[in-house]
Amino acid sequence: MEHIISVTVENKFGVLSRVAGLFSGRGFNIESLSVAPTLDPSMSQMTLVTSGDDRIIEQIVKQLNKLIDVIKVVDLNETEFVARETALIKVHTKDEDRAEALRIVDIFRANVIDSSPSTYTIEVSGDPRKIEAIINLLQPLGIKELVRTGRVAVAREPIRPAVAQAKKAARE
Amino acid sequence: MKLTGAEIFIECLKREGVKTVFALPGGVVLKIFDMLHQQKDIEVVLTRHEQGAGHMAEGYAKATGKAGVCLVTSGPGMTNVITALADAYMDSVPVVCFSGQVPTSLIGNDAFQEADNIGLSRPCTKYNFLVKDVNDLARTIKEAFYIATTGRPGPVLVDIPKDVSQNQAEFVYPTSVSIRGYNPTYEGNKWQIKQAAEAIAKAKKPVLYVGGGVVFSGASQELLELAELTQIPVDMTLMGLGVFPGEHPLSLGMLGMHGTYCANMAIHYSDLVIAIGARFDDRVTGKVSEFCPHAKVIHIDIDPTSIRKNIHVDIPIVGDCKAVLRELNQILRATVNGDQKELRKPWWDQIHQWQKMHPLTYHQEQDGPIKPQHVVKRLYELTKDRDPIVSTDVGQHQMWAAQYFKLAKPNRWLTSGGLGTMGFGFPAAMGAQAAFRDRLVLCIAGDGSVQMNMQEMATAVVSKLPVKIIVLNNRFHGMVRQWQDLFYNGRYASSYLGGTPDFVKLAEAYGAVGLRAENLADLDGVLKAALETDGPVIVDVPTYPYENCYPMIPAGGCNHEMILEDPPELKKKQTGVGKAVPEDKDTVLTA
Repeated sequence: MEHIISVTVENKFGVLSRVAGLFSGRGFNIESLSVAPTLDPSMSQMTLVTSGDDRIIEQIVKQLNKLIDVIKVVDLNETEFVARETALIKVHTKDEDRAEALRIVDIFRANVIDSSPSTYTIEVSGDPRKIEAIINLLQPLGIKELVRTGRVAVAREPIRPAVAQAKKAARE
Repeated sequence: MKLTGAEIFIECLKREGVKTVFALPGGVVLKIFDMLHQQKDIEVVLTRHEQGAGHMAEGYAKATGKAGVCLVTSGPGMTNVITALADAYMDSVPVVCFSGQVPTSLIGNDAFQEADNIGLSRPCTKYNFLVKDVNDLARTIKEAFYIATTGRPGPVLVDIPKDVSQNQAEFVYPTSVSIRGYNPTYEGNKWQIKQAAEAIAKAKKPVLYVGGGVVFSGASQELLELAELTQIPVDMTLMGLGVFPGEHPLSLGMLGMHGTYCANMAIHYSDLVIAIGARFDDRVTGKVSEFCPHAKVIHIDIDPTSIRKNIHVDIPIVGDCKAVLRELNQILRATVNGDQKELRKPWWDQIHQWQKMHPLTYHQEQDGPIKPQHVVKRLYELTKDRDPIVSTDVGQHQMWAAQYFKLAKPNRWLTSGGLGTMGFGFPAAMGAQAAFRDRLVLCIAGDGSVQMNMQEMATAVVSKLPVKIIVLNNRFHGMVRQWQDLFYNGRYASSYLGGTPDFVKLAEAYGAVGLRAENLADLDGVLKAALETDGPVIVDVPTYPYENCYPMIPAGGCNHEMILEDPPELKKKQTGVGKAVPEDKDTVLTA
């Protein structure tokens, strides 16, 4: 089963290789990995998409925790979470296709961030299914280049403030 | 006052209580060696190969329980010490290794004797540091010792570029360490410990399965109390030997691939396995799916990744063995009632039956070739009153040493378990000897293994480390030959060594003493002579070359299905003298 694991690490050189080395050394999968510094520049946040049965995921979480440069590990599948991915898609557009391309961009609330007489570069964000869907629609037009970020994810807050307030009001 | 990096290095080592450094110099660490040369507090043992330095640091650490320290140069110095680091990582040995590095301005330039020390050591160290600024050196060394010796111990590498050892900085040694990503759990979860106590009280056929973690935790007293309080039999892993007295009536000896019959039967048929500081290695479990099929499992370990890695655990307890056992004993003392001996009688009756059915055995003919087991047994009997430290290499002789040398106390047993490093024994023994100059340190070796770090005999002679090496000389890589006899139709592919050197002359060439026991009648006399010699000794004992090590669980087999003796076709082959001999039968069979 696919799991998204959020890993807070020290922001220093060599940390990525420690995490990557752990996965390759123990034969775990990495489907995607994204890393960037957090608000606190001494830390980085990694979002790691991996897969395996419960025993393997348990080991992955434990082994990540064991790394000295890892500060916190959260298996997001244990809670509700939102995940997003960004893709940059460069599409060939013949004259007659340019309007169609823009319609697709519109439908997916994507943006054209660069254009040339024969191409559009489209930026789209969303969950992986949305990305797959727009790629499917753009494919007939001819995709010249495709870059995807891999997922970033964050846990949902357990109770939405509005609901909590309503409950509080009801109690009072 | 400002100090150079090299001076800071020495000040830090002194503050960590380091008395001995196992080291070999090279261009980029000359400044550090120059400073070591000008002080008296830290002894430098100059080794002949960096692998030797690494294993010596391991031996020192295993015997003392403190971190062992080695110092090597960049490039080949680093690559040579990798085996020892990997060995220490597998067996959780606290080692701090300092490596030299090319000046920071040259890193990445493919400079002379440059290697990516951090990249090379990453998968075989607990942690590693590259010190880029001399101002970070003291703190880094403090953290290195802290990480190596706390939690589940392990090797830590500190890579010091040449300019960092030469540059100056204000020396301040931190008094404490705080690493936000590293907080080992020492106290076990109280509720889980209570569950464990209840399971122990309920169990009819419990077994204690104890490993090297108990040794490093210093929990042998607590273990003894637990076993005696509850009358539970004790199975020891290879790494755990000595943590429970080998001759204690509750000890079943070693378990696993070459463990005793009763230790393996007991764990297979138990209804509760209490694993303490052990990691369910494949050499212990055999076929994982059929490992102790009737048992509930309690697993006490400081490393959470060890728990549920290989087998399902019912009651996991993450914590330091000593702290957890104290807590567990406290509960049990209050709750255990009734005569435990009486309560456990049916279980012990069964175990005693197993013990009687298949004890460890070998057959020594008075006028026949010397059997290797007999050498270990005699060595044990001749030295047990002197509380020796015993190291081994890897192979048949290691297993015989594990079976027949019944150590009474922990920190006396130096062996390479996880990585199975041939060549470990001799330098490890020297490391222990450097820590305890007055103690008797024995190295039980095979003729194959001992040649892998023979060069360290020069170190032993020069640094006055009077280790006694007993070579069980069968002129084979014996364990390989055993597997070839059992599983490869007796084709001795590259296992027959043939031209084994004359170990007596070899010892003499190094300025050590060489002795040989030609036959059984000589054995005791030669061993005694070796023990009475002041300096390092090699005792060459030509042994029967076709002796196999039993019991044996074939790889992937079940623990209750042991091979207990040579299969009939093998016996026949071996009595047909000469047939099994690959080349010159005279050399082999007169051996």
